[in-house]
Amino acid sequence: MSILIDENTRLLIQGITGSEGSFHAQRCMEYGTKVVAGVTPSKGGSKHLGAPVFNSVERAIAETGANASLMFVPPAFAADGILEAIDAGIPLIVCITEGIPVLDMVKVHRYLKGKTSRLIGPNCPGVISPGKCKAGIMVGEIHLPGNIGVVSRSGTLTYEIVSQLTTLGIGQSTCVGIGGDALPGSTFVDILKLFQADKETKAVVLIGEIGGTLEQEAAEFIKSEMTKPVVAFISGSTAPPGKRMGHAGAIITGSAGKASEKIKALSAAGAVIAANPAEVGLTTKKVLQSL
Amino acid sequence: MKVHEYQAKALLSQYGIPIPLGKVAFNPAEAREVAANIEERRPSPLPTLFGKGRVVIKAQVHAGGRGKAGGIKIANTLQEAETAARWLIGTRLVTHQTGPEGVPVSKVLVEEASDVECELYLSLLIDGTTRLPLMMASEAGGMEIEEVAQATPGKIIKTNIDPAVGFQPYQGRKLAYGMNLSGGQVGEATRLMSNLYNLFMSKDCSLAEINPLVITAGGRLIALDAKLNFDDNALFRHKDIQELRDKEQEEPLEVQAREWGINNYVKMDGNIGCMVNGAGLAMAVNDLIQYCGGSAANFLDIGTLNNTERVVNSFKIFVADPRVKVVLVNIFGGMARVDVIAEGIVMAYQQMNIPFPVVIRLAGTNLEEGKRILSKSGISFIEAKDFYDGAYKAVQILNQVQDKNAG
Repeated sequence: MSILIDENTRLLIQGITGSEGSFHAQRCMEYGTKVVAGVTPSKGGSKHLGAPVFNSVERAIAETGANASLMFVPPAFAADGILEAIDAGIPLIVCITEGIPVLDMVKVHRYLKGKTSRLIGPNCPGVISPGKCKAGIMVGEIHLPGNIGVVSRSGTLTYEIVSQLTTLGIGQSTCVGIGGDALPGSTFVDILKLFQADKETKAVVLIGEIGGTLEQEAAEFIKSEMTKPVVAFISGSTAPPGKRMGHAGAIITGSAGKASEKIKALSAAGAVIAANPAEVGLTTKKVLQSL
Repeated sequence: MKVHEYQAKALLSQYGIPIPLGKVAFNPAEAREVAANIEERRPSPLPTLFGKGRVVIKAQVHAGGRGKAGGIKIANTLQEAETAARWLIGTRLVTHQTGPEGVPVSKVLVEEASDVECELYLSLLIDGTTRLPLMMASEAGGMEIEEVAQATPGKIIKTNIDPAVGFQPYQGRKLAYGMNLSGGQVGEATRLMSNLYNLFMSKDCSLAEINPLVITAGGRLIALDAKLNFDDNALFRHKDIQELRDKEQEEPLEVQAREWGINNYVKMDGNIGCMVNGAGLAMAVNDLIQYCGGSAANFLDIGTLNNTERVVNSFKIFVADPRVKVVLVNIFGGMARVDVIAEGIVMAYQQMNIPFPVVIRLAGTNLEEGKRILSKSGISFIEAKDFYDGAYKAVQILNQVQDKNAG
């Protein structure tokens, strides 16, 4: 098993004909993902990389049975694309787009309430269940099928940590990038719930960063609900307050946003904290050995 | 993006929120002129306690804590107004929110002094937990809200606003009664809150804060101070807001970086220049440098575009920053390709004199090709075998450089 995506995922790609959409659609296909459709308004009826292209998400689902969408729509139009996918009732939406205005996401979240879709991202590397399906922009080769769930607010830091795991022979069930924005579609808690319920996942690696309180909420959940061990690293111990560190959500505005506060909360909840980002793999190995 | 108080107040006024009479002045003579103008326009003289013609001269900087830092002066005469402006303009103001170098003061806001009966607090931001706009009000105005939250959390009243229906009068009443307002002030406050919500939503604010919101002796509600921050991701649809940017208030190296197409550059306190792809990894590299006993000169995420010019420009920044003694390049290629980065590094060496040792750690997409490009070029650099090794070597080399200089 794995969470969110597996060999039965039928992926459609919103923005498949754009340069990024096209590049990554190809990579996903090469990894073995079933890319069954693309959506680009005005290009319906054509084919791209062998996949049929539709004018709307609704049409694409009706024709191909797509059950997940990977989005590469530019920031100014991305919220519209997400709303369209929610309205079409697709179970999973993975939005890669960076730079979506926060108020657009406020509307998206409001619209998501009571709907059946789950949103991952935006501003994220996507999701991969190694050996089964890749719906994202991460490098497939650094992953190894296995039993560790990985959930992260970052892209390249996740590659770094996943490659540490893989080098040590520790495989992953699913790796989920929830994204670096202030209002992610799915939170750490949302994903931890799935990992806790997933039989294949034995332990979870959580990679957080400064800004917001997602890590504190995760700590609450770990304390009250998780029976599986969690290894955590929080990026940005050296970040100055009030400065946006690349990610829109990575800004310390109050004391809760500091790395030290998050580490304190996670540690108190029983998570094992990696002393530095180069030791997350080793820390995970030790935790697994103690099981 | 941050704006000045005078710019924030102009926007508040545009949205029907009362502000004190006043205007920005760029030199002492202008400050005197504005003060004279306020005196003429003021509907009725203030009570004698305050003296006729009293105005406030406020330094315009992108930092809080101006009052305690001496950035706000009171003038009883036109001459005093001019003198206060002369004191402030051209200096650098150091507050608890700035570094020791402070921020430049090149303009002041000259305002009528308000006869304050009581100080309240009002703000609007996006609540990360509910993912909705959150309006907060408090009877404890004039203090930092974090302090109020710690000391007397019961004095903060909150309401989430559903964007589908907008701000509702009952929410205004809830906050107004919570601030102990009564009579006509409740309706006045509700209208003011509704106007603030409209401004927030129309201009893509990330924070709108009126602190203090005051009740004057005459019973009017006025925004005595105001802070507006805007969502950088939404600036593309607000040309008017983009024009309010004051580069002078920003760190010069950060302004330079942005002009060279590097949007994710933050100056830090150390002396190891860092070039990384991805924000989370860039923060982690800085953390790891500290773990190894060093300190980064900057945070720099070159992003995912495969663009050699951006790599070259990153090196331009390191060369322009005299604090940089060693550079650490840490790239984990994903969307960004290692070969393109390597090409950019070689170009940088060709285009400029690189006066510091460079430690390079490469991994990920097209690694072999990247390594080949670097070795074929003959440039001198220190190769790091992994993440930790990169940070460790950068700190070791820094220590050697410093020992040599000291010796």
